[in-house]
Amino acid sequence: MDFKRYGLRKEEYEAAVSALGREPNECELRILAVMWSEHCSYKSTKHLLRHFPSTGEKVVLGPGENAGIVDLGDNLGAAFKAESHNHPSAVAPYQGAATGVGGIIRDILALGARPVASMDGLFFGSPDHPVTASLSSGIVAGVGGYGNAVGVPTVGGKTVYDECYNENPLLNAFCIGLVPLDEIVSSKTARPGQLVVLLGSKTGRDGIAGAAFASVLLSDDSKANKPSIQIGDPFAEKLLIEACLELQSKKLIVSMQDMGAAGITSSSSEVAAKSGVGMILHFDRVPLRAADMEPWEIALSESQERMLLIVDPLHLGEVQAVAEKWELDCAVIGETNEEDSYTILWHGTEVASFPAALLGDGCPPRRWPSKKPEDLEKNWHFDMDSLPLPKDWNAALLALLETPSLAPKEWIYRQYDSMVQTNTVTGPGHPLSVLRIRGRDSLLALVLDADPWKCALDPHRGGAETVARTIRTLSVAGADVLGLTDCLNFPSPEVPEQYWALEECIRGMAECCEALNCPVVSGNVSLYNETPSGAICPTPVVGTVGLIPSLEVYLPSGRWKEGDRLFLAGPCNSSLGGSQYLLSLGHRQAERPLMFSPEGEADFAERARKTARMKGASSGRALAGGGLAVALAKDGAESSRGARIALPVPTRHDVVLFGEGGPRALYSVPVGKVPLFRTIWKGYPLLEIGRVEGDTLTVEGAFSLPIGELTSRWRVR
Amino acid sequence: MKTAVVIFPGSNCDRDVICAVRETLGREVIPLWHRETALPAGTDLVILPGGFSFGDYLRSGAMAARSPVMEAVVAHGKKGGLLLGICNGFQVLTESRLLPGALLPNDSLVFHCSPCHLRVERTDTPFTNSFTPRQIVQFPIAHGEGRYFLFPDELRALEDRLGVVFRYSTPSGEISGEANPNGSVNNIAGIISEGGNILGLMPHPERVSESILGGEDGRIFWKSILSFFEKGGKSNGL
Amino acid sequence: MTWRIEVFIQLKEGVLDTQGKAVEHSLVSLGHTGLKRVKVGKYIQLWVDAPSADQARAEAEKMCADLLVNEIIEGYTLEVEAE
Repeated sequence: MDFKRYGLRKEEYEAAVSALGREPNECELRILAVMWSEHCSYKSTKHLLRHFPSTGEKVVLGPGENAGIVDLGDNLGAAFKAESHNHPSAVAPYQGAATGVGGIIRDILALGARPVASMDGLFFGSPDHPVTASLSSGIVAGVGGYGNAVGVPTVGGKTVYDECYNENPLLNAFCIGLVPLDEIVSSKTARPGQLVVLLGSKTGRDGIAGAAFASVLLSDDSKANKPSIQIGDPFAEKLLIEACLELQSKKLIVSMQDMGAAGITSSSSEVAAKSGVGMILHFDRVPLRAADMEPWEIALSESQERMLLIVDPLHLGEVQAVAEKWELDCAVIGETNEEDSYTILWHGTEVASFPAALLGDGCPPRRWPSKKPEDLEKNWHFDMDSLPLPKDWNAALLALLETPSLAPKEWIYRQYDSMVQTNTVTGPGHPLSVLRIRGRDSLLALVLDADPWKCALDPHRGGAETVARTIRTLSVAGADVLGLTDCLNFPSPEVPEQYWALEECIRGMAECCEALNCPVVSGNVSLYNETPSGAICPTPVVGTVGLIPSLEVYLPSGRWKEGDRLFLAGPCNSSLGGSQYLLSLGHRQAERPLMFSPEGEADFAERARKTARMKGASSGRALAGGGLAVALAKDGAESSRGARIALPVPTRHDVVLFGEGGPRALYSVPVGKVPLFRTIWKGYPLLEIGRVEGDTLTVEGAFSLPIGELTSRWRVR
Repeated sequence: MKTAVVIFPGSNCDRDVICAVRETLGREVIPLWHRETALPAGTDLVILPGGFSFGDYLRSGAMAARSPVMEAVVAHGKKGGLLLGICNGFQVLTESRLLPGALLPNDSLVFHCSPCHLRVERTDTPFTNSFTPRQIVQFPIAHGEGRYFLFPDELRALEDRLGVVFRYSTPSGEISGEANPNGSVNNIAGIISEGGNILGLMPHPERVSESILGGEDGRIFWKSILSFFEKGGKSNGL
Repeated sequence: MTWRIEVFIQLKEGVLDTQGKAVEHSLVSLGHTGLKRVKVGKYIQLWVDAPSADQARAEAEKMCADLLVNEIIEGYTLEVEAE
């Protein structure tokens, strides 16, 4: 059998033959090839992902399900996950992004949770690259077009511009939903004698073998593959959401799976395997959009806006009535049984049959050779003496604020409905997004972040820094951290240095998660993000979720009050390695990012939370891209207030002002609260750097800019 | 005061507006599925909420305007009952010809979501009686097709009969191009029917009905409606 | 018999066609300097069973009035041909 034609390796083919006890037929080979693609099977990364801590007091559901769930208390859970849709967005930006948003929303829905908010991670090429404008405007319009119509607010996100994404933009979609803990829908609860029901849109040829497509390099030929791009219909999704939630509230669903990569096959075999039941599917009963589809095409179609339900035969009538109300197709396509096999019939004839667990778990793992890049350490050497201090500090700061990754993203988030569902307390344009939970005091706090530049310089430290940044932001706002989800966007694992970077990034992230008690509850891996013109930087994207006890103790940023004292909590000697400042000067590979300090980081988080809880400050902002200087500029602009600042430290001012990394925050503290604030931070590096006054932001020996000028560049409404 | 909120397939602000009315006024609100053919007995106010009814396919609001429930809604409006369309609901009202004009794609051609300042042009309507004349309020907008359009002679007629209730303005109340988020003629954000009982507006009062969401100007809007009924207003026009 | 009807919908003169304007701008910036004007409209196809072309046309006109066209801002033309 010519298994290579279908994209299977010899090892995989042999594993299949041994599990089946016979040679697979063509239909089975096609199904195996997709189910065992990198995208579906995680064969290159499964063993690495075990480094992540995934359990904890607050974890209700960990990795391996449609999404993770954390406990918000009083029988309420937050289900969340992030997922990449990079390759489709590179080829068909609007539809790729739209269906990425639709897919992640269904993941949340599949657990019985009502999706309450989305965020997006956008990674675009250099603004002057000829395709960046059309890719970025298409992707942004796709995210908005879908999210706005389904009525899930897009409340925040992260946007990065870098030449490494020139023809390989990334779109990572994050969604969070709420579900009472005793109403979670599980994929493990199917029993023999139940019905397999397909709810939602008809099945067409769209996205056939899309999962396999996501597992190869993007080449010029990818454009010719356009027919395999799925088309999103947010209207159908909105109906599907309402129908599924109505079915769930009426307790008519035994089990539910969304149909994403590898469509019906993936979703149904997963339920069969996890529930430990057999399943027979009659593909001739699947409502089709194209009459002449073959069984393998039906098996692998990635048509959007479909859900797979397991229903008790007694409830079928009621299920059909709900489907009819929402004008959705609803077809019984199979049944569960006590066998151990997963079988597909076509007009009564068997066309494929596997042991239920083979498709999801049977792919032999794949380990790639790993090699530390030879020039890694060389890149860390940078002669700081060769870097002159800025001659014109004002110009330096303004230029930094205008770099595309730091500049305001209003043009993006204005296209997103960030307020529908009326829960948005803090929307896009801020370090974190905050949602109220109706009927409760506590607030959900969400952060999405990434730092590909530091991951490129030092994957271990960069990985840790990426996770730490999200936790710092949550802690400063006063949130307890509940858990995170990640999208690991990397280039091909087949290049040893690239595989090494993947391993190291994961180790760094895991180290930080362990140290700060932040379990990884869901996530996804996207490999092969490279084009003939280059590979992307290692880009782990992290979405972290926290809970703020009440509005009273939520400490926002950008709220300076006249006369407040300004403090820098944290060390002054950060690093310019991978900083926006050095990047803007053209030094991509220079300096090493700061080492991750588990104790320092945990200590900072504790004190930051205490500061918010004890109302020790009027405003707080964890330092991130652009360092202290950009934090001062953003806070000043948002507060419409100036400040007079002195930095009485021997460290070079460019390092203090523009350095990045490590646990550091800028606080503005009312005079009366200064003693309390100092007590909270006693024993931790703390520097009083100035006071809020007037309408000019002045740092002695550096810049002095009228706030009006900063406001005109940094506008957040 | 009894309110019915119509839910079309694709409506997505129905729950928001139901909560805002219930929580601000503490009065009965009944969700009404679009396939119903009658309003609940004793309905005083019908609200057509925001969203993307029928996916906004063809033209926003076009298919919802032909939904089964609309016959009863139109009858309610025609006999003077209070009828409110917010965002997509405003589009349904123009598509139903209960209000003049049409809502076209924003002049930027992209969806626009942001807080917006409005000048209240009429304070003698059932929906705005608790605002002060020319008060500047902040209601957010979130739409892709909110450019209000009317041919010049009809526009003149609308302005002459003081049919404009809300206009996009600067924070200080100037009606300028800079304050116009979508290219609407004469900065029009909301208009009322000749009978004074049917209001359509693009901005969302239900999104600023609680301080935790960053504004409470919307409460004045809901309270106006309650006050209209409490002062003996009948849901059959002014 | 079945008739295929093509409906061409355009904004009326006097209604600002923002899409047309944007497309026009793009085409000119791509170097199509001879371009004078662009109007963007909608194109809908209907398949209708009717005894004659005239009856098919009448039916399609009613569909336009009922839903497909907003006569306040849009005008349309129809073309009918046997399928």
